[in-house]
Amino acid sequence: MQNKIFDAVNCVRSFGHGKKFMTAVDDITFDIKDGEIVSLVGGSGCGKSVLAKMMLGLYKPTSGTFLYRGKPITDHKAHWREVQSVFQDPFSCFNQFFTIRSQLKAAFGIYKEKPSDKEMEERVDRALLAVNVKPSEVEGKYPFELSGGQMQRMLLARIFVLRPQVLIADEPTSMVDACVRANILDYLMKLKHELSMTIVFITHDIGLAYYVSDRLFIMHKGKIVEQGPPEEVTTSPKSEHTVQLLEDIPDVNREWIKRA
Amino acid sequence: MSVIFEVENLSLHYLTRFGNKIHAVNDVSFTMEQGEILGIAGESGCGKSTLVNGLMGLFIPPLHPTSGDVRVGGESLMNRSPKDIRQNVLSRKVSMIPQGAFNALNPVRKVKDIAADVMAAHMKGMDRKHIYERLKERFDLFGMETDKVLNSYPIQLTAGERQRSVIGISTLLNPQMVIADEPTSALDVTTQKVVIKLIFELLEKKIFSTMIFITHELPLLRHVADNIAIMYAGQIVEKGTAEQVVFDPRHPYTKALMGAMLSADAEQKTRKPTAIEGAPPNLAKPISGCRFAERCPSVKPECKNREQVIRIVGERQVRCEYAE
Amino acid sequence: MKLFKNLLKSPMFVFGASLFSLVLFAAFVVPFFYDISQVTRVGNPYDAPSGKYLLGLDHLGRDYVVLLLRGLRSSLYVGLLAGVIATVLGTLIGLIAGFKGGLIDDVLSALTNLFVVIPQLVLLILISTSIGESGRSLTLIAVIIGLTGWTWSARSVRAQSSAIKSKDHISLARLNGDGGIRILLVHILPYLFSYVFMVFIILISAGILSESAISMIGLGPVDTQSLGTILNDAKNNGALTDGYWYAFLPATGIIISIALSLYLINTSMDGVFNPRMRK
Repeated sequence: MQNKIFDAVNCVRSFGHGKKFMTAVDDITFDIKDGEIVSLVGGSGCGKSVLAKMMLGLYKPTSGTFLYRGKPITDHKAHWREVQSVFQDPFSCFNQFFTIRSQLKAAFGIYKEKPSDKEMEERVDRALLAVNVKPSEVEGKYPFELSGGQMQRMLLARIFVLRPQVLIADEPTSMVDACVRANILDYLMKLKHELSMTIVFITHDIGLAYYVSDRLFIMHKGKIVEQGPPEEVTTSPKSEHTVQLLEDIPDVNREWIKRA
Repeated sequence: MSVIFEVENLSLHYLTRFGNKIHAVNDVSFTMEQGEILGIAGESGCGKSTLVNGLMGLFIPPLHPTSGDVRVGGESLMNRSPKDIRQNVLSRKVSMIPQGAFNALNPVRKVKDIAADVMAAHMKGMDRKHIYERLKERFDLFGMETDKVLNSYPIQLTAGERQRSVIGISTLLNPQMVIADEPTSALDVTTQKVVIKLIFELLEKKIFSTMIFITHELPLLRHVADNIAIMYAGQIVEKGTAEQVVFDPRHPYTKALMGAMLSADAEQKTRKPTAIEGAPPNLAKPISGCRFAERCPSVKPECKNREQVIRIVGERQVRCEYAE
Repeated sequence: MKLFKNLLKSPMFVFGASLFSLVLFAAFVVPFFYDISQVTRVGNPYDAPSGKYLLGLDHLGRDYVVLLLRGLRSSLYVGLLAGVIATVLGTLIGLIAGFKGGLIDDVLSALTNLFVVIPQLVLLILISTSIGESGRSLTLIAVIIGLTGWTWSARSVRAQSSAIKSKDHISLARLNGDGGIRILLVHILPYLFSYVFMVFIILISAGILSESAISMIGLGPVDTQSLGTILNDAKNNGALTDGYWYAFLPATGIIISIALSLYLINTSMDGVFNPRMRK
């Protein structure tokens, strides 16, 4: 039997009180197994980002249990040695006062004992090559000197540097061009196949999720309304929300909205 | 059908502090007829957003026109002061729905005041009361609770009302031409569909009729636009009807763009999307030859030296001498 | 460097910086050519300006040029010291309050507000009076000004720091294992540098004005001259009523020049730095 990476039972997360009370994650039960790519798909405000933050240990459940490898998340640093994240907006993710390279190296800060300087440099070089960037291309460069696509690759390079066991990818493709998107997905697949990483991919585009995932979780208003293998979910969707998400994609081969 | 918008060999550049020119838009020409929707697509940095400013005649340093002409209803927008453009062109003749517009309303003013400011800026001497009446008439057309919406602050509106208000305000003065610059790029797919539906609804109600829609999502343009122009490194590389460009692309770049697109269709899963390797050329440096040569899968040795011009291939314009 | 080039395009900055350079020139270069080491009687009280003593003599018959130059140097010293103390204190309190949030923020903000409510001048007068004549040195005055003048910088830095706190690069730094102090110093403070620098400039100017104000009402340093004590002497010795303009106009002019030049430098920097900040 495969190990469970995340295991949530009747998990609830709410914010605020009184008039401002809202439940972002509402009684969710699921598990994610070792080596899977699971996509959380839903529109804005469906609770997928809050769930992602729970996986990173940044939020604790209000009620219910949320376990990582069978235990609740207590020590953040220990957790982040194994679970890392790629964020949505690559431009705001780096400190503009330091070179890209030094910031990729700074990722080693999460380790209890840093490898030797030589090994760190080598691992950064290898990580850059893994995302098809020659180390010389970013040598001495600052974040604002790179394009959006390049920056998103740098975030992925950081993951290649750290090689965590689990990656939470929070809408890594929503701020980049359609043509860079295919690239990002390739690298996610590479992380899975070469480093056998478990990946949680968060997106509002079911089309993207379909390409990379082993399983899809469709979320709506804090609940998982449907889950299953991508073929099954996309070809015979059971929830109206899944149908909605599928219909909303402007696919070239399908009727979308008719102009009067 | 009459031509209402003409762009003739438009080139634009940015002047950097060190006196260098960055040629962001190069030799762009097209015409649009009354009622046409033209989609412009390309990667970020291809000059789409720069072109928008040029199309409105709004040149705020460091952006300067290099050459060419833009005409709305026969009237040229070139060589006019930003003040003149703001008073006499924007909102009345050409109006823009900017990027991220749906959260762009001033949060501390009521919708009616935001809208009235726009009208007042263009209709000198019209009193506030008269303006409010005009506003009410117009907002009634949008199928909203007009009184409630006009007297609300943007934050009190639902997302849908806010979108209607933004588009409503942009089109208050019946512009001949609406330019939508990536209006849906920051939205999720569901909201995107809602916004497009709204735009179609307004088209049907004849609130505006001619539109340029800018995006990097080619599949979206297939549903929105009549004609599509593909931009690369400041130039239009292919222009044809939406069907032609999406289903039968001829320029190597358009083909590559379509190849990078994803689809949720089960039949499409076997077709693996392929990204375009490399990056567009640096526009601060002079470029000889075809701009796409560096990344082109069917590049020929002479491509790097030979500047490409628009020619007609299969009833559409293509900027590649080898396209068939 | 690019920023500096942009600054040079602003006429406000060029004028302010030139004026301030002139002030610095007077304070630090002129003394090489004009002996200011001795403050002694050289003529009769309130002798009018002459070829030898360009700005005349004071009520004790001392050369005003010597007094003004010495006073200028004292004032700059007070301004700088008070500015440094107020900036460091305010930045530190603002950074921590904005970054930590919660109870710490509440306590620090309450403290800041408390100091905001009490007018600085009243506090200065009270402290200066209680110290008494004997202990009122220039440095002590500067320290008091610094310790009472940090509220403004604390409030503005707090706002900026709490805005930057929620940026993605801070989350990423946490995932890199960075601790709170490192995040504050490496990932937040650099984003505020231009801001803190502008605050610093204004606080120098405020320090100089505060010192002049309390010195003028007779609560200034007793160990040396400052621009404020010159005015105080002039006020106490009938210069105003008797129309000895050279007793107060030059000192006032210098104070205004310093404050104006620093204000212009600050305002012009605001225009160049802030467009990025506001984004």
